[in-house]
Amino acid sequence: MLDSSTLARAQSAGQSREEQPLANEQSTSAVADDEARAAGPRISISVDETRKSRTLKVKAAVENLNFYYGQHRALKNLSIPIADKQVTALIGPSGCGKSTFLRCFNRMHDLQPGTRYEGSITLYPDNLNLVGPGIDPIEVRMRIGMVFQKPNPFPKSIFENVAYGLRLRGVRNRATLAEEVEKALRGAALWDEVKDRLQDSALALSGGQMQRLCIARALATKPEILLFDEPTSALDPIATAKIEELISTLRDQVTVLIVTHNMQQAARVSDYTAFMYLGEIIEFDEAAKIFTNPSKKATEDYITGRYG
Amino acid sequence: MRAREARPRAAPRYVSEPKKPSLLSDTDFTPVLSRSALRYRKMRDRVIELLLLAAGLIAVFTTLAIVAILLIESSAFFKHVSIVEFLTDTMWTPLFADAHYGILPLVAGTLTTTVVALLVAVPIGTLIAIYLSEFAPTKVRETVKPILELLGAVPTVVYGYFALTMVTPALQRLIPDLPGFNMLSAGLVIGLMIVPYVSSLSEDAMRSVPRYMREGSYAMGATRLQTALHVVVPGAFSGLAAAFILGISRAVGETMVVAIAAGMQPNFTFDPREPAATITAYIVQVSLGDLPHGSIGYQSIFAAGLVLMLMTLVFNVIGYSLTRRFREAY
Ligand SMILES: Nc1ncnc2c1ncn2[C@@H]1O[C@H](COP(=O)(O)OP(=O)(O)O)[C@@H](O)[C@H]1O
Ligand SMILES: [Mg+2]
Repeated sequence: MLDSSTLARAQSAGQSREEQPLANEQSTSAVADDEARAAGPRISISVDETRKSRTLKVKAAVENLNFYYGQHRALKNLSIPIADKQVTALIGPSGCGKSTFLRCFNRMHDLQPGTRYEGSITLYPDNLNLVGPGIDPIEVRMRIGMVFQKPNPFPKSIFENVAYGLRLRGVRNRATLAEEVEKALRGAALWDEVKDRLQDSALALSGGQMQRLCIARALATKPEILLFDEPTSALDPIATAKIEELISTLRDQVTVLIVTHNMQQAARVSDYTAFMYLGEIIEFDEAAKIFTNPSKKATEDYITGRYG
Repeated sequence: MRAREARPRAAPRYVSEPKKPSLLSDTDFTPVLSRSALRYRKMRDRVIELLLLAAGLIAVFTTLAIVAILLIESSAFFKHVSIVEFLTDTMWTPLFADAHYGILPLVAGTLTTTVVALLVAVPIGTLIAIYLSEFAPTKVRETVKPILELLGAVPTVVYGYFALTMVTPALQRLIPDLPGFNMLSAGLVIGLMIVPYVSSLSEDAMRSVPRYMREGSYAMGATRLQTALHVVVPGAFSGLAAAFILGISRAVGETMVVAIAAGMQPNFTFDPREPAATITAYIVQVSLGDLPHGSIGYQSIFAAGLVLMLMTLVFNVIGYSLTRRFREAY
């Protein structure tokens, strides 16, 4: 089930019959027709100060997600919706499980023995449980991209870095590769800086350029969700500003989930924000609400810097 | 009980001198060293520095001394033999009545056995390294690595007789007219012998590729194999090149296996099925005999040694420039 407070708001904010948000499949399956089913659940968002709402599609629904590193339960009953083509930020003190949560979406934990998922992350519109036991992690990673904390371009040329995912997906045609690489580099606001040296090593770029290259690399494969794990914490303020601007523009193409420990950054780039603490989601709401009028004391303490 | 009683009695000793509250005024040593103390420290540093320098110079001097001896003895050799003959004659028979002094047969033998060895060691060593570094569970890696390293501790004589008495007969079944002494068998066994070196160094190189680099590849949807081949191997390139160069140096310098299994007949050929002598095999052969000092046969081993050193030097320079060119940024 989705987070109850969100749903309540979503329900009351629903303007008309067809905009009425659907909680999730189970609760509506009796009445929902196939069309609604295909569309997946919806979530509401206020678009201005008057909290006039519109409803948005849900790209993924996290329901009762638990995650274990061996015996250690790192995530506890997480349930939030991830709005389609919106930026959702995860904030919270270090060690609270933000990265762990993020890495559930692309099954990165499967690389480490002894880890276990419980619950579900349902990807819409095809109702695929990303953490389900029958799902191949590689298939999940083919659909969900990730940008890491430390820029990690491969020891290859700039071109080959961006082409990497395409080649993995079997693209061989040189013209197609060149076209897609250019598109991805433009999408990551890097094209003008590197177009004359596509064959140079990616390791010669600056940190900020490397990180945009990693974004381009992910964009080239047209991911449905793009995960960012503190993407600017290794960058200087100017490079950070560029990445933030980029993330804001990416919103039109892709659903973004971003971990950040920088409150200003979360406030600037995100539409929705989840505050995590000790493996739990304490509060999930529209970013505007979280940063101006949080409903939980713990959230307020954290965003005002009173935490720790 | 006794000890417990003794303690309070002893305690007043420590509190007899009341501590002043300020930390700064509490110092009972001169904060600035006296001039003589400073001078002493300077001297001590100087002495240690010189000792370290001397230790470093010993290594340099040894190398220079070796080069000098090689050059001096070789120059005596080259008074009798022209460099042109040395480099172009295709016969090496310094100990025969009809003496020829062409180094080419020995160089050819050395290169041939080395190439055969590398054809074995580089693929097998790299595959083992990829397996151990990227696929093997920790337990398997912890077991296999020491066993491999143990292989490197087997005396090379053993490998020599292994080549002569087991590998050669086996090869003769495949190639019926293979002579009892041949470079193929020697090269194959040298290759096996240096597999542990190559795989161990390659594995270290691959495991030093940072985890976030692999994760970047996995996150793109790559499999373990794709990640190993397209990201880890290029990322470890300089380490791999170093491993291969070390393998080459070992193969070029290997003596016992070739001396035992390849025959000691200088033979100008690149056909590994033929018997031949390598530079090292020749040196050991002559050193074992009782040639008088100063004879041309005696001097010829220094000329051969000089060539061996130059060959190793060339490989090292190539390896060094390769690693420089592909140096990773992390
Ligand atoms: N690979 C791992 N193995 C075991 N425990 C881990 C691992 N990674 C993180 N943890 C633990 O999970 C908790 C959450 O960590 P993490 O998700 O990295 O926090 P955050 O990203 O919010 O700083 C921490 O208690 C951490 O010690
Ligand atoms: Mg983290």
